[in-house]
Amino acid sequence: MNSSVSFLIKLAAFQASCWAELYMLNYILKRLLSTIPVLIGISLLLFFMLRMLPGDPAQVLAGQMASPEEIENIRHQLGLDRPIYIQYISFLGRLAKFDLGRSARTQNPVIEEIWARLPNTLLLAVIAIALACLVGIPAGIISAVKPYSWIDYLVSITALFGLSMPVFWLGLMLVVVFSIVLKWLPAGGTGSWQHVVLPSVTLAAFVVAFIARMTRSTMLETLSQDFTTTARSKGLQEWVVIIKHALKNALIPIITVVGLQFGLLLGGAVLTETVFAWPGLGRLIVDSILARDYPVIQGTILIFGLLYILVNLIIDLLYALVDPRIRYD
Amino acid sequence: MNATTRPLLQVQDLNTRFHTLDGVVNAVDGVDFEVYSGETLGLVGESGCGKSVTALSILQLLRCPPGEIQGKILFEGRNLLELDREGIRKIRGNDISMIFQEPMTSLNPVLRVGEQIAEAARLHKDMNRQESWHWAREMLRMVQIPGPGSRSRQYPHKFSGGMRQRAMIAMALSCNPRLILADEPTTALDVTIQAQIMNLMQRLKEEFKTAIVLITHDLGVIAEMASRVVVMYAGKVVEEAPVKALFKDPRHPYTQGLLGSIPVIGRKEQTGRRLQEITGIVPSPAQMPQGCRFHPRCTQVADRCRRQEPPMIRLARHRRVNCWLERE
Amino acid sequence: MTDSIDGPLRRKWAKLKRNKAALLGGILIIIYVTSALFAPVLFTGNPSAPDLMNSLESPSVDHPLGTDELGRSILGRIIYGSRISLLIAVGVVSVGMTIGIPLGLVSGYYRGKVDFIIQRATDTMLAFPGFLLALALVAVLGVGLKNTVISIGISMVPLYIRLVRGCVLSVREEVYVEAARAVGTRDVIILIRHILPNVMVPITVQTSLSMGTAILFAAGLGFLGIGIQPPTPEWGSMLGSARSYLFHAPHVATFPGIAIFLAVLSFNLLGDGLRDALDPRFKI
Repeated sequence: MNSSVSFLIKLAAFQASCWAELYMLNYILKRLLSTIPVLIGISLLLFFMLRMLPGDPAQVLAGQMASPEEIENIRHQLGLDRPIYIQYISFLGRLAKFDLGRSARTQNPVIEEIWARLPNTLLLAVIAIALACLVGIPAGIISAVKPYSWIDYLVSITALFGLSMPVFWLGLMLVVVFSIVLKWLPAGGTGSWQHVVLPSVTLAAFVVAFIARMTRSTMLETLSQDFTTTARSKGLQEWVVIIKHALKNALIPIITVVGLQFGLLLGGAVLTETVFAWPGLGRLIVDSILARDYPVIQGTILIFGLLYILVNLIIDLLYALVDPRIRYD
Repeated sequence: MNATTRPLLQVQDLNTRFHTLDGVVNAVDGVDFEVYSGETLGLVGESGCGKSVTALSILQLLRCPPGEIQGKILFEGRNLLELDREGIRKIRGNDISMIFQEPMTSLNPVLRVGEQIAEAARLHKDMNRQESWHWAREMLRMVQIPGPGSRSRQYPHKFSGGMRQRAMIAMALSCNPRLILADEPTTALDVTIQAQIMNLMQRLKEEFKTAIVLITHDLGVIAEMASRVVVMYAGKVVEEAPVKALFKDPRHPYTQGLLGSIPVIGRKEQTGRRLQEITGIVPSPAQMPQGCRFHPRCTQVADRCRRQEPPMIRLARHRRVNCWLERE
Repeated sequence: MTDSIDGPLRRKWAKLKRNKAALLGGILIIIYVTSALFAPVLFTGNPSAPDLMNSLESPSVDHPLGTDELGRSILGRIIYGSRISLLIAVGVVSVGMTIGIPLGLVSGYYRGKVDFIIQRATDTMLAFPGFLLALALVAVLGVGLKNTVISIGISMVPLYIRLVRGCVLSVREEVYVEAARAVGTRDVIILIRHILPNVMVPITVQTSLSMGTAILFAAGLGFLGIGIQPPTPEWGSMLGSARSYLFHAPHVATFPGIAIFLAVLSFNLLGDGLRDALDPRFKI
């Protein structure tokens, strides 16, 4: 009786694990778990960042204009007079509730300031990545299919230029050309789709270069592998060989790069938003640094970090979709 | 194979060149041979003698690095080298298909095995998706892969080496080609699996009535499967003979050397000789010897061999040697 | 023994020279270094001295690249700016290597708990895009040349750690390392004598590329006003102050940007060429 029960349990467990494998739950779980050390690391970073600053943490958080009572208030509120490990635990607790404190400048909750601007930055970032992929990946493919041709040289040189160009300078130059000389597009601010064009193109420029180069080198490698010859030997059309057989394999490193580029994009967003007076997180962090508004600085850094981790998770999930070998790991 | 049968494939004066940083490399230098319907022709030689390049030249698969092919390759009377891109595409996988050496890397890791078999059928046989997948399962069954239904939906990394090679064979046979170019199909496999694959190929060949060009350096495989043999060295054909005649009475010193270097248990008692090696190494393509290409390693080299390339001497209908020795 | 080292090294040098692009990069770098070293010779006068009478002038014979909003010669400021940029490039890379290489060596060689901790720390740092990390560090440390170099340098450390660790992981399995260990060689000696030389190849490539990145980052910080502070002639901060005058005098923003662009380009070209020549395996 006992043995049949245990047998049934084992059978159920086996079925569950098969199902989990099928839906990549194992893989997803593993990836989620691996973000925990990083999250802890980030919280530690932020925690100690504040305390590394010269002066009294409570005063720093309260801002330069704060009165002594306000400073004491903050000190008491955040428990800055308690032992350090208790401080850390309460810090974690507040993070979990998304309580990031109040801006020293505006006294608004930091989370509100961030929430107001996050969509703007995301909008730019997503459009920029989409543009970069739409232009970069085909450019890389064409380069790889016709290596050392004039189009390959053109793409490679343009890519190299794009990599070396400072994002903010490109932005300024685009403003000069398109806003000042040609008067086609506005120089800054938001409002209509025309306002989105220049900032997103500026952001995309740097990333396009990376993506195009990466696509080119992975496609070159893939196209010289054995299975490509096999595919051709079956009489498949060349475009089928390139897209269905080669590209699908090359996508794995390309997706990695796209994910990494998202990070670069967030960094570039800081500069681009400044150039185009775009009301996003990048502007927020710069203004906060200049005004020494540490709660906001802390909060924005946290959000940037979380965003990046999220993007990397998504990238890992995409991997598993594209490369079946990873699913069954 | 009587005098009036036209060969299925006729390779005439095939030259394949590669332009490298170190100069022009003639990987295949004036090769000719014929393959008849339904027979197995063995193409033998050491690594680097140009046998794989010959096969790839037939289907014009030399893209990376790009090869320059000259000569005539007549398949059922048509010169394949005169076909345009569309033309050769229709031949590939359909009339002539190829099996490659490394089953590990020759299958696309991100596509299901069934799909890799089915796509050729959809392309050449005008089947729709469902039919092609059904056909793929049939092919897998024919190459004796158990559970073809579920196997066809799997990815190559789930297959063992032997199974992958079977899948490759299934892929090659999927459109019922008249000729298969098998490039070292068993070299990368374990010995026991080798035997299985060879048996499978033999059976399928008889069932589908396909001709095979069997490229290998393994004389044992040749003895098992081939009916005629062409021996290549350094990009040229040095001997051609029916298999039994080749093994019994090799004429070219290189062939003699090859056969002499097969380990045989009890050889010393039988022949009184120890294992013989061919001294020296295969010449690098950029530095081919003058005269007969084999002369630096030949045990019976004469002065003439060093100066002049030997002519092709026909000994019988399907028997020839490229050696000065035959002249005397 | 010396022959075998000379041979491949000389071949790689020849290969590098053949690469026209890398050559161009090298020449550009030499131009920058020369202008940095000989700045007072190339441009007499004080690049930071204001001359409000001549502010925002277009390029002319007197001032080949025009003047900025305080009347200073842009050409002069760019030439002196090359000093700053090269200083930053070298400083940042030094910081990155000094911290990153030892940590990477230790992490890759000893594995275990040390490796785990260093790796998690690296992961955390890599959770932020490079520029943001430098930005965060500047927020803590403050502005100015020294802090800029330290901040950007630290943001480069994770890259070096990863690079070195990867290299060490593959080298430590080599037979000669095992042999050295079997003979009883001390770990430190093994690390320095056997492993470090192998690491130098990808490090050299990375360093060239990182110098370009360092200049970009520093210029970015300067542009935002939280890097090198005026009146020090740093290209990025020059662009930052030029922003307000974009409509009237776009040339003020154009030329420093070109200087940044060419400097970064040259390091990228050199780095690419080095990568191709030294070892195509070490792709980043």
